[in-house]
Amino acid sequence: MKVLVAVKRVVDANVKVRVAADNRGVDLTNVKMAMNPFCEIAVEEAVRLKEKGVATEILVVAVGPKEAQEQIRTALALGADRGILVEAADAQPLAIAKILKAIVDQEKPGLVITGKQSIDGDNNQVGQMLAALTGMGQGTFASEVNVADGKVKVTREIDGGLQTVELKLPALVSTDLRLNEPRYASLPNIMKAKKKPLDIKAPADFGVDVAPRVKTVKVEAPAARKAGIKVKTVEELVAKLKNEAKVIQ
Amino acid sequence: MNAKTLSARDMDFILYEWLDACQLTQRPRYAEHSRETFDAALTTARQVAEKYFANHNRKGDENEPAFDGKTVTLIPEIKAACDAVIETGLTRAGRDYEQGGMQLPHLLSQACFSWIQAANVSSSVYAFLAQSAATVIEKFGSADQRQRFFQPMLDGSFFGTMCLTEPHAGSSLGDIRATADLQADGTYRLRANKIFISAGEHDLADNIVHLVLAKIRGPEGVEPGVKGISLFIVPKFLVNDDGSLGARNDVQLAGLFHKMGYRSSISTAMNFGEQHGATAYLLGEAGKGLTYMFHMMNEARIAVGTGAAVLAVAGYLESLDYARQRPQGRAPDNRDPRSPMVPISEHADVKRMLLEQKALAESALALCLYSAKLVDDMHTHPDASGRADAAAMLDLLTPIIKAWPSEYGPRANDLAIQIHGGAGYTREYIVEQHYRDNRLNPIHEGTNGIQSLDLLGRKLGLNGGKTFLQLLVQMSAAANAAQKNETTAELGTALQQAVQRLGTVAQFFATQKNVPPSALTANSAVFLDFMGRIVIAWIWTWQATTAANALRHNTADKDFYLGKLQAARYFIRRELPRTVQQAELLMTLDSTCLDMADAWF
Ligand SMILES: Cc1cc2nc3c(=O)[nH]c(=O)nc-3n(C[C@H](O)[C@H](O)[C@H](O)COP(=O)(O)OP(=O)(O)OC[C@H]3O[C@@H](n4cnc5c(N)ncnc54)[C@H](O)[C@@H]3O)c2cc1C
Ligand SMILES: Cc1cc2nc3c(=O)[nH]c(=O)nc-3n(C[C@H](O)[C@H](O)[C@H](O)COP(=O)(O)OP(=O)(O)OC[C@H]3O[C@@H](n4cnc5c(N)ncnc54)[C@H](O)[C@@H]3O)c2cc1C
Repeated sequence: MKVLVAVKRVVDANVKVRVAADNRGVDLTNVKMAMNPFCEIAVEEAVRLKEKGVATEILVVAVGPKEAQEQIRTALALGADRGILVEAADAQPLAIAKILKAIVDQEKPGLVITGKQSIDGDNNQVGQMLAALTGMGQGTFASEVNVADGKVKVTREIDGGLQTVELKLPALVSTDLRLNEPRYASLPNIMKAKKKPLDIKAPADFGVDVAPRVKTVKVEAPAARKAGIKVKTVEELVAKLKNEAKVIQ
Repeated sequence: MNAKTLSARDMDFILYEWLDACQLTQRPRYAEHSRETFDAALTTARQVAEKYFANHNRKGDENEPAFDGKTVTLIPEIKAACDAVIETGLTRAGRDYEQGGMQLPHLLSQACFSWIQAANVSSSVYAFLAQSAATVIEKFGSADQRQRFFQPMLDGSFFGTMCLTEPHAGSSLGDIRATADLQADGTYRLRANKIFISAGEHDLADNIVHLVLAKIRGPEGVEPGVKGISLFIVPKFLVNDDGSLGARNDVQLAGLFHKMGYRSSISTAMNFGEQHGATAYLLGEAGKGLTYMFHMMNEARIAVGTGAAVLAVAGYLESLDYARQRPQGRAPDNRDPRSPMVPISEHADVKRMLLEQKALAESALALCLYSAKLVDDMHTHPDASGRADAAAMLDLLTPIIKAWPSEYGPRANDLAIQIHGGAGYTREYIVEQHYRDNRLNPIHEGTNGIQSLDLLGRKLGLNGGKTFLQLLVQMSAAANAAQKNETTAELGTALQQAVQRLGTVAQFFATQKNVPPSALTANSAVFLDFMGRIVIAWIWTWQATTAANALRHNTADKDFYLGKLQAARYFIRRELPRTVQQAELLMTLDSTCLDMADAWF
């Protein structure tokens, strides 16, 4: 079975981002970039499936700037077999999903694994959109994945606890934090990754228009937290949550 | 991540902007490398450091290894950390591809290792010491010894130690009492009491391969002095021809040392051959033991210097963070008691302590990585003279690479404690541990006193003084370059004068033919400090030139470069001038210490 994993290049999780001077986004000059942590989990899951003999080939796809090759190479060093970079900086979720759909149509993977969201936009959309576009079943927020007999059983982290769904393959799984603990690229594998194939494509190769459809009006830093207050009773707390904070009804 | 360890920005500056690491990829051995593979290796090192080493830095300090008379117990995180560096290949970073290595330049291997050291210096000992021991067997062992011992050490299933020190012979290795008697089967029976042996006993690996210095007993006893010293392989378990473990050797743990720092690294007293003599195998030729051991010494000493430097960096970053968050007092020009207090990082005196740390720590790390690049040049420089020059330069600088960071690293840590005020004196903050951990470094791998004797007695005159002259020329060229730029002219001029001062003092020492050695060596520590200070001034001036050039086009990162320039100014204006007084003292052959009579103490 072929597994397709989508990975995204994002700001490193340890970086404290700052709003850009023009309020159109965050300032990315000289900022360390890395693979989106949920994508790392997706790659790890695919590699484990391959180690178990379930997957036979792992294809990683990134839609992003030229430099996103680094993240594909990282995935290759972690155990993926080949990569495709579709060069498109700042593509929005729908455009990414459309590109991925075109690649799914060509490559016909048995399983697609994505992160549940990327930590830059926190959109939580690509996986779901891709499933809808391809007509595959989706198991999002996965904390456990078992593939057997042409099906995949996915344990999902939902508000109330855990839910298990069974999907016919091909299917799409999006990863949550507790699915696995990603390994680190070993030094010899970093060198081996250099020899693995990496194709570079353009959105036009798939007939996808990546022009943005969502406009960012303004990006602002969150307001500084105000000092807290002490409440005397539980009733007072509940009243404040209801009437002032309006977080309960 | 909570612990502050190193600055990735400064590491990039040192590697790529200052030392031009990418240029190494033009050499055949590193042809497959690029900035991308270098960065990928550094990322792995940093991730492993954060996850497997930083996680138990404090815990290891609070739970030193225990010995109940039978077995030792280490906290389990140490095993996980060792496994992680072995599995990711970090212990084999510089080795050939065929050996499971990455053929990483030594510069990059050292940079990777420094992330690990900064996260938890004492737990880093086990796996990396094993690799050093392995390399000695690889270089000097027979084919059988390589097969039996080196191979499993390379893959991480055996660990190793270096056993030099004895109760009555630490600095004075020529006086060791360990003996070895040749047996009919060609093996030896070895008897020795060794102390302070790092990683002497543990259950992190299947076997522990001790490399032991001892003297072979002939019909007339042993040969006195260092010429009589040979090196032996003494495994904890003998190894059968098929590689399986055989009988337990006569090697016993006698006890543990309880140290002020470096606590998760076990320090043992080992007894060899208490019962019938430990089975030992001669490594290489008899009488060459110290030569073989010293083969690894340059690299081991760079590692000590780097360890001292990175702890200094870690303390600097911790205290910087603390100072920015600790409000206390008001600006001297502000008399209003109702105004809010300011972070202590705004007080000039606290800035002094931060700047001194920055000036000491960043230059020490830079010096160590510069010397790691010399190791690369020594092995892979395209022409033979380049290789020979690099080897000689490394030899000359080694006492300074080891001693300067280990002398001034703890000084930086002391300032980090001071910035923390009362908090710095408690165990709730990591800076006191940095100090205790770092305090080892002036002592092991040749005490700083011994380093100073080595510098003055042997290294200055290396190749008839040619290497020393090359260093002077190199430093003077850096001073020249700095003088040409308005921003750095002041630094260049001061360095130029200091280089002349160093030349004058060295010339003076070289021409003192009629003085006893004791008069010349009496101020060896002052000389080491004097020369170290000028070497560091060179490093700073050179970095300042790099920073000034970068400032011309890289405006996005202005503050970083301005910080470099300011630290350079701090060192050159406030630390370098001490060399004037030191030069005077040296050239009068001051004998105050030498003349002190024992009864006067
Ligand atoms: C944590 C730790 C780990 C260690 N790990 C190992 C290890 O793995 N293997 C190993 O073999 N050893 C190890 N050592 C031992 C270490 O190498 C010695 O402590 C060191 O060589 C100094 O020897 P010493 O302790 O006997 O001090 P001494 O040699 O007694 O020195 C005491 C003082 O006298 C000075 N001095 C000595 N001789 C002279 C001289 N001729 N002229 C001027 N001054 C002199 C020294 O500079 C020092 O200040 C370790 C030590 C420590 C503390
Ligand atoms: C073991 C111990 C015993 C103690 N016993 C007592 C006791 O019995 N009773 C008691 O009351 N206290 C006691 N103390 C507290 C001690 O007096 C304080 O730790 C000390 O006064 C420093 O204050 P601080 O720790 O808040 O550091 P801070 O005042 O926060 O100082 C931190 C750093 O900032 C610098 N700094 C602060 N303000 C300025 C400024 N305006 N300009 C320039 N630099 C500045 C300091 O020099 C220092 O380097 C004790 C402390 C210890 C560690």
